[in-house]
Amino acid sequence: MAVLTYTESENGSFKKSAFEVASYGKALADQTGQKLVAVTFNQEDGSALSAYGVDLVVNITGGFSETFSAKKFAAAIAQVASEKEVNLVVISSSANSKYLAPLLAVKLTAAYTSNVVALPSSTEPLTLKRSCYTSKAFSTVTSNQPINIIGLSSNAFGIIETQSTPEQTSMTTDEASSSMVVSSVEKVTGTITIADADIVVSGGRGLKGPENWHLVEELASILGAATACSKPVSDMGWRPHSEHVGQTGKPVASNLYIAIGVSGAIQHLAGINSCKVKVVINIDPEAPFFKAADYGIVGDAFDVLPKLIEKLKTFKAA
Amino acid sequence: MKILVCISNVPDTTSKINFVESDTKFDTQGVQFIINPNDEFGLTRAVWLQQKQQAEVTVLTVGDISCEPILRKCLAIGADKAIRVDATATDGFFVAKQIASVCEKGSYDLVIAGRESIDHNGSMVPGLVAGMLEYEYITNCISLEVENGQAIAAREIDGGKEIVTSELPLVLGAQKGLVEESDLIIPNMRGIMQARKKPLDVIPPIDAVASSKVTSFEKPAAKGAVKLVDAEDIDTLIDLLHNEAKVI
Repeated sequence: MAVLTYTESENGSFKKSAFEVASYGKALADQTGQKLVAVTFNQEDGSALSAYGVDLVVNITGGFSETFSAKKFAAAIAQVASEKEVNLVVISSSANSKYLAPLLAVKLTAAYTSNVVALPSSTEPLTLKRSCYTSKAFSTVTSNQPINIIGLSSNAFGIIETQSTPEQTSMTTDEASSSMVVSSVEKVTGTITIADADIVVSGGRGLKGPENWHLVEELASILGAATACSKPVSDMGWRPHSEHVGQTGKPVASNLYIAIGVSGAIQHLAGINSCKVKVVINIDPEAPFFKAADYGIVGDAFDVLPKLIEKLKTFKAA
Repeated sequence: MKILVCISNVPDTTSKINFVESDTKFDTQGVQFIINPNDEFGLTRAVWLQQKQQAEVTVLTVGDISCEPILRKCLAIGADKAIRVDATATDGFFVAKQIASVCEKGSYDLVIAGRESIDHNGSMVPGLVAGMLEYEYITNCISLEVENGQAIAAREIDGGKEIVTSELPLVLGAQKGLVEESDLIIPNMRGIMQARKKPLDVIPPIDAVASSKVTSFEKPAAKGAVKLVDAEDIDTLIDLLHNEAKVI
């Protein structure tokens, strides 16, 4: 029996979420007295995982391993899981992991619990705390299946270093057949995504128009942050839909969330409930965001932002 | 082309979330239920395919009789018929089993469900259905065209999107972007009148056992008051973020 974690990589390097799922997987392996197996795809060098307590790295090779396919990756992970007699699988909350998780659940006849925020309070039966109602509540869920997939909420557990000397092997699995073909990928390069960011800077209608977004972008670039926006901003086409944060948009779970000119509608606040620290800058002291924020400035974004940018430049340079 | 759109009955997005019976049940008092927004984006796209390409649109929900108003609303929006599996939606696995069973009988080309419901946020039903039926599956779907029996869709990925083509039958996880909010169809009187005459079949559930059970709910801990910083005193904010919150 073993714990398996799917550690995602891109262009030869592991994603931050890979280290978080490995950290959680290690804690879970210790809790259940099992080994931790990490599965990678087309990632020859798995040595970075030695910092997170992994016992065995299985790298899946072969043509299909180079391009993500939920169906093919799920089938390959299922094959490793069966061979290693895995009873617990830990995956991240990335778009790709959430995509393949239910397919993997069917392959393994496993229960899948998403948005998990802590280690199980009991492992027999497996009892997990997860967020629901778009982070407005938590539920405690008990599984009645012998095999379980845990979808870890991003930034909920954190990264914990535990040195190990993992055995590294590569494996060629059977390729699942699929009629699906990815014909093109459009991906912003050079900027950090909302999913991977430690800090997210978000703008709302208070910024008055897309021409003023250079202020948000400049602040984000100084902080190494991702940019986001409120729903009206994406609805009006000021910013792409992929930046829309909230109930029908993206959830954010960063360490710091800075909202500028965002009033804080309940649907927006639901999407950022999991952020650790929230800062609001808004001209309206009655804006609901002030009730959800940790720190706030009542002021005009066009007055506060340039000053904040200058001061942060000095702070970062020091 | 036959399309099945799976509908979840969820509390309105502005609802106050509270629990009753020792925090084991959602408090429905004063709560208005709506079509799960992600499902409604999918339904609207399906109705467009019906209008332009003569697709037949069936909506399906798993729930008790209290879910019928939203099924009638789906019919008023433009769906041709509705099916209600008369059972309590105990968990995602149970619901997916019911949907898969309806799919097997109805041979649908496209099965559309929201990428997640806004209440349980399980993000699993469309994927489980695809896995159970061995259909192709695309989630976080933000565009869809069907031509010559082939689907061309876009999937939102972290930091961008990818365009995929797939054979049918196909299961789609819908979200905003598949249609825009401004595209959502508000039923008119004619639609509402027609909806009363459209078929709404109630069928018994198939045998399936939930794979998990919610034992309790809790609300996040109450948050302390916001610390206000003067707009002229940016240094204090930076100091608080650096030394107190330790996030920069």
